[in-house]
Amino acid sequence: MYQSPSWLQELWIARDTLWAGFQASVYVSALAILFGTLIGIVAGLILTYGRFWMRAPFRLYVDLIRGTPVFVLVLACFYMLPALGWQISAFQAGAVGLTLFCGSHVAEIVRGALQAIPRGQLEAGRAIGLTFYQSLGYVLLPQALRQILPTWVNSSTEIVKASTLLSVIGVAELLLSTQQVIARTFMTLEFYLFAGFLFFVINYAIELFGRYIEKRVALP
Amino acid sequence: MNQPQTTQPLLDIRGLHKHYGALEVLKGVDLSLQRGNVVTLIGSSGSGKTTLLRCVNLLEEFQGGQITLEGESIGYSEASGKRVRHPERMIARHRAMTGMAFQQFNLFPHLTALQNVTLGLLKVKKMPRDEAVALAEKWLDRVGLLERRNHFPGQLSGGQQQRVAIARAIAMNPSLMLFDEVTSALDPELVGEVLSVIKGLAEEGMTMLLVTHEMRFAYEVSDKIVFMNQGRIEEQGSAKDVFERPQSPRLAEFLKNIRF
Repeated sequence: MYQSPSWLQELWIARDTLWAGFQASVYVSALAILFGTLIGIVAGLILTYGRFWMRAPFRLYVDLIRGTPVFVLVLACFYMLPALGWQISAFQAGAVGLTLFCGSHVAEIVRGALQAIPRGQLEAGRAIGLTFYQSLGYVLLPQALRQILPTWVNSSTEIVKASTLLSVIGVAELLLSTQQVIARTFMTLEFYLFAGFLFFVINYAIELFGRYIEKRVALP
Repeated sequence: MNQPQTTQPLLDIRGLHKHYGALEVLKGVDLSLQRGNVVTLIGSSGSGKTTLLRCVNLLEEFQGGQITLEGESIGYSEASGKRVRHPERMIARHRAMTGMAFQQFNLFPHLTALQNVTLGLLKVKKMPRDEAVALAEKWLDRVGLLERRNHFPGQLSGGQQQRVAIARAIAMNPSLMLFDEVTSALDPELVGEVLSVIKGLAEEGMTMLLVTHEMRFAYEVSDKIVFMNQGRIEEQGSAKDVFERPQSPRLAEFLKNIRF
């Protein structure tokens, strides 16, 4: 008599598909967080200290992107960038969308943290003869980074969760891979739970990393 | 003509004007300090004394007049009749010529006491690390905090923080020290330790410009007391003259409301 394979057997069969999806999710999230953070730091610095004409384009960028659902952003990158003449893959379009999203959030986090530093800190730096950039590097940013860390961890986990939206434009990340496996096995609950667990693992790792850094740089 | 040889003043302020929008804060201030002078600015709040102090190291911009420190024009230069702000690097160099201690200490909270003092030595003076540490330790010792050198500001009392802040400023070997109400934020029992550090520096011949509400202290250390009122210098003179024989009615009124 035919016995349908157990979930563990199906999981074993699907291991390559899921592993590839897991890797794609981690990879696209990591790219978006890395470049989004870099963009966000630059944008945040300009929003805080730049002159009006420098601030204006970044303010537009931040407001526009933050006021748009990530989903819409991902679709826009997928359909609009090729229409504008930039031929990119679905994966690249998704990565660009997530990066822009991450950058706009980090920009506001950085601006908030810098503005929370008392004015006297910059003045004290100037009073001992530091230039603005030296004050920024040795006095302001080290203090701002401590402020930024908890919120940055939060934003990063949001990026990982938002990466599932790439399934809609056909990027075989973890969610789409899971759906493909389900389409074959009909083990809906089991595989969605498993995918949920894997996303949790990614985000929990980010949180642990954040907590570790926070502890390392904590002031007595 | 047998004019006495006048030495060039260390700090020379001429016709200083400063306004925030329509509000005129300094309405033409002239003041000069010779090397080794201790000059104290007194006056009610809003009289412009802190602003004057902050103009000297350009924490405030000023719109008119000239400040000269050791013969160098601070902040602006005249080029073909136009007033041009010095480049940032030059301003940073001029700021390093003066040391400043703030009312709120403004120590860097992420650095230890020692690192607070060495930061300027390493990054501005480009001193080798061991030299900077030795010098910083010398000054921390001088303000009585050598054994606290590895403490962070958050682990120090207000008086201790202010002493570290003074060490941080003095270690840069400035030709002029500015003290901006350095004891105003301190608990009364911590004021003495800070004032005694400043007094020690005065006795060693450090040139100082102070803003303080500690009148007894001002009386004891100052070569000259300057009374400011509504953006102008109303009266100046020796501590004895100013405190005991005030000429202007406003100064007399001000002193009446002050407890010694």
